[in-house]
Amino acid sequence: MSRPALTHRLAERGIDRQILLLVPAAVFVLVLFVYPFCYGLGLSFQPERGGPLGAYRAFFTDPYERNTIWTTLKLSLPVALLNVGVSVPIAYRMRGRFRGKRLLTTLLVVPITLGTVLTAQGLLNFLGPAGWFNRILIGAGLTDAPVRLTNNYWGVFFSLLITGFPFAFLLVLSYLSGIDPTLERAAATLGASRTQRFRRITLPLLAPGLATTFCLTFVLAFSVFPSAVLVGDPAGETRVISIAAWHAGYEQYDYAKASAIAIVMGLVELVVIAITLGWRATLFTGSTGGKG
Amino acid sequence: MTAPTIARTTATRPRPVRAIRARPAAWLVWGLVIFFFVNLAGVIGSVVVSSFGERWFDTWLPQGWTGRWYGEAWRDFGLLPVLVTTVEVSLSVVAISVLVGVPASYVLARRSFPGRRLLYLLFLLPILMPPITYGIPLATVLYKYGFAGHFSGVVLANLVPSVPFVILTMTPFIEQIDPAIERAARMCGAGTGRIFTRILAPLLVPGMLAASILVLVRTVGMFELTFLTAGPDSTTLVVALYNSMSAAGIRAQQSVDAMAVIYTGTMLVLLVLALRVVNPTQLVARVKEEPE
Repeated sequence: MSRPALTHRLAERGIDRQILLLVPAAVFVLVLFVYPFCYGLGLSFQPERGGPLGAYRAFFTDPYERNTIWTTLKLSLPVALLNVGVSVPIAYRMRGRFRGKRLLTTLLVVPITLGTVLTAQGLLNFLGPAGWFNRILIGAGLTDAPVRLTNNYWGVFFSLLITGFPFAFLLVLSYLSGIDPTLERAAATLGASRTQRFRRITLPLLAPGLATTFCLTFVLAFSVFPSAVLVGDPAGETRVISIAAWHAGYEQYDYAKASAIAIVMGLVELVVIAITLGWRATLFTGSTGGKG
Repeated sequence: MTAPTIARTTATRPRPVRAIRARPAAWLVWGLVIFFFVNLAGVIGSVVVSSFGERWFDTWLPQGWTGRWYGEAWRDFGLLPVLVTTVEVSLSVVAISVLVGVPASYVLARRSFPGRRLLYLLFLLPILMPPITYGIPLATVLYKYGFAGHFSGVVLANLVPSVPFVILTMTPFIEQIDPAIERAARMCGAGTGRIFTRILAPLLVPGMLAASILVLVRTVGMFELTFLTAGPDSTTLVVALYNSMSAAGIRAQQSVDAMAVIYTGTMLVLLVLALRVVNPTQLVARVKEEPE
């Protein structure tokens, strides 16, 4: 075959010189994401002692290390579920047009940009033993001694709630406004009650979106690191898996173990996401008829 | 704000009987939202008040007001070089990720070719994985080649989620442009390079602006990757804030608060800028277009 024919045949399959525009980005992802990942994977099988699986064995046999998986899940799963669960009724109420909607969505973006570090500092001040929250509780006579809400599980929980809820809410709101309201109106003319309409029309159409939202909020909560150190109890109750990885890599300088923990962390996260997306695949995935 | 909006939504409903029955639920929803915002205001407010306070132990408000903590934070933490580094890092990341991401996003949005879905998934992964998971192997690789601990290492690490982010943000903007315009230009004899500079670039300015500002906000707030790769002369504001918080006790709490306020101020300026260009609900609605 002569050369023009080959380029012609390739062009028919969609390959021509324009594809070269992809090269920088593809090289980029390969060099800075795929290669380090494979390097880390290789490194995790070459610990200084214990054979190829030594680093993994060290992680899974030590309960102090192993339990970090459980600690992380115990923190991130309830937070992600709560964020999505609370967002649904609020977004359902607010999906129509009303004055101040743009202001409200703007206000909700603020916590996303605050970042975990500032939220941690704020929570330490606000929920601390002498903070405004405890003063209000004591002033209202609800409690005698300050409630301990920082430097433990709840501090991290609230910090994840503050950063995660607005994100979940905005996502759910945009999914809800993508559902055609005439579907619900049609059900109403057929005599469906408010609960029936929500349960039989809106919720099934919304469920795939909820699954995606859950995945994204879960990723945010699962990668908790700064707030677990700052508002949590990094040596005990909130020693999440990212702290374990950081500890191994930057305090013990055991890169094999750090890489192994990072890989385990990624796998655990992917398992949860795969389960959620597997469940999502069983749901309705057609058009929701709205603005799309 | 809340009472009139409820009145308005109930007024538009066809049957007022239902509206009355729904009212407690509406109040509950609005109550939750208000409770969230009151606590959020408390979290942010306590940091701001503390940063201007003289001495603040066990009272509602500090005993006196002063602005000296800002001067102290500015001197003690060497904030000027930190701010300069933050700006330099963020702007470099924005420039490189737009230059690399926009052409790639164009090809991904317009063309179909073998391996497109795989490539898309590859670009999606750095956004879906927790930064710590790929950050630790990446930092190890960057240390191996001598990038980490310097300016270049921080920029390289921050590019990993930024380039895919630009690609995903730009895709809907590119899809909005009518391909007929490009075809017309091509018929008039323009090559790909000219189409890009004369046709696409002017039409894509709003999209590129939106993507740049979002990447800017993300990079300024990105803690994990910068934390793992930064050296003493390449710390950004959020890492400096974390370091000053985790080394608490050496310095006055208030100067840490002052620094946190400076950080929030920077973020808020960026946020206001971002919201002038992007509508938050539209922005998250685009996540829907990502494949699983």
